[in-house]
Amino acid sequence: MEYVFHFGDIWEARDELLDGTLLTLRLSAVSMVLSLIVAVIGAFARTSGPAWLRGIVAAYVELIRNTPFLVQLFMIFFGLPTLGVRLDANTGALIAMVLNGSAYTIEIVRAGIESIGHGQTEAALALGLSRLRIFRLIILPQALRVVVPPLGSQFILLMLNSSICSVISADELTAATQDIQARTFRPFEAFIVAAGIYLCLSLAFSGLFAAIERFAFGAPAEGRR
Amino acid sequence: MRQLNLGDIEFLLLAARWTILLSLYAAIGGGIVGLAIALMRTSTKATLRWIAIVYIRIFQGTPLLLQLFLVFFGGDMIGVPLGPWVSAVLGFSLNAGAFLGEIWRGAIQAVPRGQIEAAKALGLHFVPRMLRVVLPQALRVAIPPTVGFVVNLIKSTSLAAIIGFVEVTRAGQMLNNATFRPFVIFGVVSAIYFVLCYPLTVASRRLERRLALATKR
Repeated sequence: MEYVFHFGDIWEARDELLDGTLLTLRLSAVSMVLSLIVAVIGAFARTSGPAWLRGIVAAYVELIRNTPFLVQLFMIFFGLPTLGVRLDANTGALIAMVLNGSAYTIEIVRAGIESIGHGQTEAALALGLSRLRIFRLIILPQALRVVVPPLGSQFILLMLNSSICSVISADELTAATQDIQARTFRPFEAFIVAAGIYLCLSLAFSGLFAAIERFAFGAPAEGRR
Repeated sequence: MRQLNLGDIEFLLLAARWTILLSLYAAIGGGIVGLAIALMRTSTKATLRWIAIVYIRIFQGTPLLLQLFLVFFGGDMIGVPLGPWVSAVLGFSLNAGAFLGEIWRGAIQAVPRGQIEAAKALGLHFVPRMLRVVLPQALRVAIPPTVGFVVNLIKSTSLAAIIGFVEVTRAGQMLNNATFRPFVIFGVVSAIYFVLCYPLTVASRRLERRLALATKR
């Protein structure tokens, strides 16, 4: 093997890589926040809504979780314009990520809700609280602290998955890397650097989430059932 | 632009064979890598444990798409062009190995320590100890999450489309370029994935419930 690595061209493109990284972070953060909002509503509907609504949410979750993200992305990006919705690549990517992410987040939040003893709901009902207030004041605050660890891993998965959005050329990190490798003919170096950036991001975030868990809730999640 | 016809749907169904075959090969390859990683991760030798930890961290901490690219272009780089099929099988196997390794590590560690100590006391060496004592017991714990992971694997084979391997997603993309009926085409593609994945999802959930009941007793 006489291959000589050339990282010089990649270093020259560092601004592009930085912009791509920032967009990856923004895309992941925005879609995480939006999925969490959808998930709280969805999980409420799934656990205390009427039967038909529960069925719809369950079907949505199963449909999304049993089909690939890439196909969902194509459906949104190529499908919506045929319905007359004009959207650029970044918006398409965001919509697909929220649609996909919320199915997983609904399940996480639902598991959190179901981990709260049913006795609490019964006690609150006996005190005359409405379903919505019980959810908002009693169940949700307790459920949220249970779901912080899985939500942390979900965020990292979401961030890694966002690289798939490069196929529709949303200009996040992987797409930026594609541009660089097409220009410099240094695909291996370019993708190694990008993979290194993703690795640093996911290690940093898993460290951050572990720290948040420790400082916000004291004991680690295990042993608190 | 041309019309979509029944032959096109057949084209998609035929392409699904490649999705199935790719998933199967990747599951076998991933199983081999995963077993090695799980054994290294639970080894008594610190170096082996560390190698396994680093392997898992790298493959779980970077996007699968980039791993595929690196295998694909890495082959070119060392002068052995792999082509889409081999790159895909290799890339998915290496990735699946990290996830399966981590799942199976948990299963191996779920086997009570006393079992291993007893096997050692009886003079069983590593291979018979693993084959006869530890792995059969670990298998029970490992099956539900492994089936669950296979669902992920099947879905992720869609990424092979991006490095140009014609499986069902790539076939859908090609058809869409020719006919531009995205909802119908990707609807059928989604349905194919759903039919492959949903039974496994249900099976994994049932097995998990059964295991939970069995261990509660």
